[in-house]
Amino acid sequence: MALMPMTVFADEINGADTAWIMTSTALVLFMTLPGLALFYGGLVRTKNILSVLMQCFAIAGIMSILWFLVGYSIAFSGDNPYFGDFSNVMLSQVSMDTPSGTIPESLFAMFQMTFAIITPALIIGGFAERMKFSAVLLFSAIWLLVVYAPITHWVWGGGWLGNVLDYAGGTVVHITAGVAALVAAIVVGPRNGFPSKPMPPHNMTMTISGAAMLWVGWFGFNGGSALAAGGDAAMAILVTHISAAAGAMTWMFYEWIKYGKPTALGTVTGMVAGLGTITPASGFVGPAGALVIGIVAGIVCFNAVIVIKQKLIIDDSLDVFPVHGIGGMIGTLMVGIFASKELGIFSGQGGWDRESIIIADQLQIQFTGIVATVVYTAIATYVILKVVNVITGLRVTDEEEQQGLDIVSHEERGYDI
Amino acid sequence: MKFVTAIIRPHQLDDVREALSELGVSGITVTEVKGFGRQKGHTELYRGAEYQIDFLPKVKLEIAISASILDEVIEAISDVANSGKVGDGKIFVTNLEKVVRIRTGETDQDAL
Repeated sequence: MALMPMTVFADEINGADTAWIMTSTALVLFMTLPGLALFYGGLVRTKNILSVLMQCFAIAGIMSILWFLVGYSIAFSGDNPYFGDFSNVMLSQVSMDTPSGTIPESLFAMFQMTFAIITPALIIGGFAERMKFSAVLLFSAIWLLVVYAPITHWVWGGGWLGNVLDYAGGTVVHITAGVAALVAAIVVGPRNGFPSKPMPPHNMTMTISGAAMLWVGWFGFNGGSALAAGGDAAMAILVTHISAAAGAMTWMFYEWIKYGKPTALGTVTGMVAGLGTITPASGFVGPAGALVIGIVAGIVCFNAVIVIKQKLIIDDSLDVFPVHGIGGMIGTLMVGIFASKELGIFSGQGGWDRESIIIADQLQIQFTGIVATVVYTAIATYVILKVVNVITGLRVTDEEEQQGLDIVSHEERGYDI
Repeated sequence: MKFVTAIIRPHQLDDVREALSELGVSGITVTEVKGFGRQKGHTELYRGAEYQIDFLPKVKLEIAISASILDEVIEAISDVANSGKVGDGKIFVTNLEKVVRIRTGETDQDAL
């Protein structure tokens, strides 16, 4: 998608490409609902399960409407390198037959919409179990238009970071979500009792079911980012799968050696780390490169979780930054290496338009992309949270937090047993 | 009449129930409970964070019996539920003043 040329004249709409991207769109929506919702839901305490599921659903609704109204236009219209224009507000330029490459633009906008849903949904892991529902909605809505849509424009919409290799969202999705979650965890503050009081996951079965759905859905996320059904998409799925497997097994054995037991949560967390890390690289690297990327993801993200939670004592409650933020960063860097066609068996793959790259130069471009994304996301997220704090307040009261968000925010219980 | 409350390991429930049936105990109330004694809790590991879990799952049995079989009941439970390790549980015995079978109105020994 990084090289999805906005200027190229459209080919004929192709049935096979269209069919695959429609399938991918469904797969990516499935990642959020119910995949991510269950993955996160199992990790919180019994009294907050419904708040997590509810936030995922509400975010899916609000982001969809905002993306249709104005988000897509900001991301994918206009020549300005930093911010799109409003020429495509309410998809005014999109009719049934408008092409985007070899697929209908209605489909491209819809496929992108599912990315605009999952990115804010990923962030809720940072402030889970304590943020007001009204604040979650207001924050997510502003964040989509101020952070997500412009950065999408920079990288994929013809903006100033168009040279960054980011196939399916290492910068656009994972770094933005990870950094925003970290900033939100700091600004909102830790859950009462953190870190002395244990807050173990309440339903690991749910978490592992959700994680399994993420693995499957990710084929659409990365494979669909080819925006066509062909070798590119197939290779993207292959490398995605290899990295997920390598990330899961690396984390499992690492934990086994370090703590004496291989855990289910560790295994699926390593899988998500492998998936997040391969995301920017998926259409550019080969399967051998993906193996290295997955192993590095498992080791680095594992240690990042420990540093953030236990050394820095930051309550990024569901570890969004160490898994997605750090994973996105190391993936965005490693694609600068493994996209090269001169690494033998570890060479890059994919039909993108640059025959080969000079690793040192590309790493600089990748690094610039990472720094720009991190700095802008961090500052903008901080300001948005301060604004939301003035309007709705960010946290529930201590007593409400003790009672649990399910009853306090929604007057419902997740379980009646 | 005696009222016996026994806390045992969950997986020993079936064996204890069988042993008590052989003694002619005709009713048991079972509750899944959590608690700790000398066994303390155990640790759980989530993404590299070790949590001390203070309360362990146990099973609580409540049995109303005739005083004449009290010793046998205590012996049966102690035998069957004994693994020799810390955490096997405890047996509490109290005097039972009155028992009524709701359906028939029978009382005391007749209602056991």
